[in-house]
Amino acid sequence: MNVSTQNRRDFLKKSAAITVAPGVLLYSVSPKAHHAEKPVTSETRWGMLIDTNKCVDNCTACLDACVEEHGLTEDVPVEIKPVWIRKVTVRDKQTGRETFLPLMCQHCENPPCVDVCPTGASFKRADGIVLVDRHTCIGCRYCMMACPYKARSFVHEALENQKPHSPRGKGTVESCNFCVYRIDHGMGPACIEACEAEGHEAMIYGDMNDPESEISKKLKEMSSSVLRPDLKLNPGIRYQGL
Amino acid sequence: MKILMILGKLSLGLLLIMTVSGVSSGEVSMPEIPKAKNNFSAEQSCVEPIDLMRREHGLLLKHYRHDTMRRGIRTSEYSLIACVNCHVTADESGNYPTVHHGSDHFCRSCHTYAAVNIDCFQCHTSKPQESFSSDMEPVQSD
Ligand code: SF4
Ligand code: SF4
Repeated sequence: MNVSTQNRRDFLKKSAAITVAPGVLLYSVSPKAHHAEKPVTSETRWGMLIDTNKCVDNCTACLDACVEEHGLTEDVPVEIKPVWIRKVTVRDKQTGRETFLPLMCQHCENPPCVDVCPTGASFKRADGIVLVDRHTCIGCRYCMMACPYKARSFVHEALENQKPHSPRGKGTVESCNFCVYRIDHGMGPACIEACEAEGHEAMIYGDMNDPESEISKKLKEMSSSVLRPDLKLNPGIRYQGL
Repeated sequence: MKILMILGKLSLGLLLIMTVSGVSSGEVSMPEIPKAKNNFSAEQSCVEPIDLMRREHGLLLKHYRHDTMRRGIRTSEYSLIACVNCHVTADESGNYPTVHHGSDHFCRSCHTYAAVNIDCFQCHTSKPQESFSSDMEPVQSD
């Protein structure tokens, strides 16, 4: 026991000393990306701005991209099919005007899903991304009840051939993870990429703590709103044109 | 009290049976562990010395899973995707073995022998697969 503990300590010490030496392979990252070999910090707060005026009827590009990206393709009855992002239609009874909005985990600053989790599996990363650590999730589904946006799903059946970058499995709860592994490599969420590729450009993402970022500038310039502001959760997802 | 004594005798009996069957378990053959595809570097075959990997890979996985999941640290050397990509090898017809039974899968081969469950692959894929990051250009840092 002692020997193995010693070995592990040595190992951890050694690995802590590993620096990026010349010739070490790194992925190319955009300037805004955090250095994936260093921990994320609260200097960054990731957010999205969704312009509902640009989100059109009959388009499911973002939904399809999410299913593809995270492998949400299991053949299960619709009642238990995990949904990470849905498209909501809001209809003004008076005028009949319809507004479409993609709705996913709102990455709340004060997330009730984190408050209620008995194991600490539901947690908020320092940079504001709210995740489920499936290693410690016991599948109690308290968080599903606590989330006012119905953003979380439970995996009911055993899965196989999951995407390597997006592990998921039976008995745990899941929700939009902001494509966190893409974020860590300097790329944007798959839904935003898909919306852009369709030419709609209804969503942007960025660091809301950085006054120079596109999202911060737009938020300062134009009026935007959050869903259920009365709950004071300060979501990271903001909407225009609601 | 009496019940406790009976229980105690029972468990002693069980222990004896187990030891006896342990003696005759010489029939369990050593696992045939599939060879990894590559060496990590010219000096080292795996990310850490083999004896350390054999004994401590569980702890290392747990340590790095915490770093990645909670702190967003994603290194190119210590990654479960990289372990699977290098260690899980296809058979002659190009199919990857399942981790859930048999003993052909790298992880399964040893875990069957040691009679230890593997939970990792209830969520993580056990087969090498194209990942989003495989089309990202690795660059040399300076
Ligand atoms: S939207 Fe729901 S799941 Fe997401 S952080 Fe808020 S409470 Fe949690
Ligand atoms: S289902 Fe999992 S993440 Fe949600 S509250 Fe229970 S343990 Fe926490």
